[in-house]
Amino acid sequence: MSDVAIQAENLSKQYTIGTAKIRHDTLRDQLMDGLTSLFRRNGHAAPTSDTIWALKDVSFEIKQGEVVGIIGRNGAGKSTLLKILSRITEPTTGRAKVYGRLASLLEVGTGFHGELTGRENIYLNGAILGMRKTEIDRKLDEIIAFAEIDRFIDTPVKRYSSGMYVRLAFAVAAHLEPEILIVDEVLAVGDSAFQRKCLGKMGSVAKEGRTVLFVSHNMPAVQSLCSRVILIHGGKCIANGNPHEIIHSYLTPLFVSDHSSLEDREDRAGDRSAKIVSLQIENEARDKVIQSTTCLKITLGYRSDKAIMHPRFLVCLYDYHSSAGLYLMDTEAADDFPEIIPQEGSVTCVTGPLNLTPGRCTVNVALFRGGLLADHVECAGNLDIESAMVPHLRRIPNRERVTGIINYKWQINESPGVSVGDRQALPLGENVNPK
Amino acid sequence: MNETKDAQMILSGTLPGSERTTLSGGRTTPTVVIEPRRSPLDLDLRAIWQFRELLYFLVWRDIKVRYKQTVLGVGWAILQPLLTMMIFTIVFSYFAKIPSEGIPYPIFAYSALLPWTYFAQAIGRCSSSVIGDASLITKVYFPRLIIPLASVIPPLVDFCWSLLILVGMMAWYGIGITWNLLAMPAFLLLALLTALGVGLWLSALNVRYRDVTHVVPFIIQIWMFVSPIVYPVSLVPEKWRLLYSLNPMVGVIEGFRWAVLGKGAPDLLVLGISSFMVLVLLVGGLVFFKRMEKTFADDI
Repeated sequence: MSDVAIQAENLSKQYTIGTAKIRHDTLRDQLMDGLTSLFRRNGHAAPTSDTIWALKDVSFEIKQGEVVGIIGRNGAGKSTLLKILSRITEPTTGRAKVYGRLASLLEVGTGFHGELTGRENIYLNGAILGMRKTEIDRKLDEIIAFAEIDRFIDTPVKRYSSGMYVRLAFAVAAHLEPEILIVDEVLAVGDSAFQRKCLGKMGSVAKEGRTVLFVSHNMPAVQSLCSRVILIHGGKCIANGNPHEIIHSYLTPLFVSDHSSLEDREDRAGDRSAKIVSLQIENEARDKVIQSTTCLKITLGYRSDKAIMHPRFLVCLYDYHSSAGLYLMDTEAADDFPEIIPQEGSVTCVTGPLNLTPGRCTVNVALFRGGLLADHVECAGNLDIESAMVPHLRRIPNRERVTGIINYKWQINESPGVSVGDRQALPLGENVNPK
Repeated sequence: MNETKDAQMILSGTLPGSERTTLSGGRTTPTVVIEPRRSPLDLDLRAIWQFRELLYFLVWRDIKVRYKQTVLGVGWAILQPLLTMMIFTIVFSYFAKIPSEGIPYPIFAYSALLPWTYFAQAIGRCSSSVIGDASLITKVYFPRLIIPLASVIPPLVDFCWSLLILVGMMAWYGIGITWNLLAMPAFLLLALLTALGVGLWLSALNVRYRDVTHVVPFIIQIWMFVSPIVYPVSLVPEKWRLLYSLNPMVGVIEGFRWAVLGKGAPDLLVLGISSFMVLVLLVGGLVFFKRMEKTFADDI
């Protein structure tokens, strides 16, 4: 057992749903709650449907020197696990034993203060990440050199360009030397050169024999860096082992959006004479996860009190972060949608290839009945597009820069009369004076 | 096994082939056990000592930033109590004719305003300290107590500057320094602990109820008038004296005046009650803070 780095036993974390509500709670509400809770036992709220388990009975063991990837969809519980292991939040039950000095990088530049100079921020950030002052003293020159900002080291960081800021922040993080390192993929922000630098650094950290826990959506990176992968789904650890197999199995199950609650959603517009009750988005091929070039099959379930005359369904795909509209699927624009449909049923829309960069999309749905808005739900579902290999492209840009992927080819244009191939074949003199 | 790892085994003095071949030398006891905290009295104060350098850097940050952002810098530290003292002298001494036990009123007021200004600043900063460092709390682990602890120290710098003015005033009024002055740090410490004790409650409450932010200035204002700053304790009717001294700042301010001016030794009973109250506030605050800190990262 002596070579264990982290041993997690039945880690669970319970959250109360609607943190937003709690946050805006005022003392007055709490006093009222306090009065009602007097009549409950222990004064504790009984675990009802108001609570969810973000993490449930997660157990695993990580050996020293292992590089373990943690994968799973958004909301699967990866961040919660990370926060528990970083000791940012306490588990509700269960425990984890950590053997060795642990540092976590959930963000670069934590605690940077704009008024302080680069040098001062190195010390502050270093101390926050758990470095000793003597350690920072020793590494200061190295950090400054790594960040390539020696000229501005005594300038307040509020005057830095965003690139310089990130470089400095990463330089400090890169010089952290814990025995166990927990890294969130948010670290890999910025341009692709910077991402490569981050991943390269992670690779070298791993080679030094340190234990690394790496959370990411970037499957190629996980596959190349990690010796083992833990797959989290619905707060549970559902697979643990060989990266290749698990990543494959992760990409296999078809994606179904969270449609179970669509019917109960209250945040909808329209006269409600007809209602969209379910939304299911899957890969048209039904065998794989949704990737950049996937064709989608979108199924909408609806219900009304009588048959719907002149129905019109709209599905709009948005970028999750910028809310920029991407695609609109409108039955009215389509050729042959019936004039009348039964009072209850479902409709399906099959699209062509998405050609979207990896990232999250959100889906709005609407239903018109005889030209009047019957139902409209914003963010009816989310859709995670995973990265895929696109023929002829070695790299796919990320969503922060562009949303679309287009197939293209570059070539060099030949100058008039001379082809690149000909040039070598021709004698030197004739090349200069074409006839 | 690659070369780097072999090299490390040699460096760390472990023999190749043995099981203990990693950086930490294969500990058999965990460095940290992460689990729900069981006892409310488990305050884990040792962790604060381990993170003392972070405490130092947070204090250092606050002091640096405080003097960087302002034009007058140190000037504010001096102007604030000085102007307040002048206004108090005009209002309470000239207009209201409040006695000051034979001490010139300006110095009577100023010697109380020194610890008071510190206290008011410390409590203000402390109560918003945790939400102010939300970005740290949600991203990095360290003993959360470090934050309120670090917040009550920077105002001491301002205190030291305004102390210089007091020295000048004492010279002006011809008040000699006595051995009592040696007791001053003890009363300052009492003020710090009071601010911390109350600040711990407020800072933890502030995470969940932002009402606290609005209440604090009001608390400070009320508290000033139930402390013997503009008037001497002798104005308080005898029968209310004990109740009055439940306010820890009564002991602090009385003691501070005595230490600086060498007159009017504080009632030991008053001092005892005040100190006891500080202890109650502080221990209660610590337990409450530790209880609340579990959900800081989720609630903030």
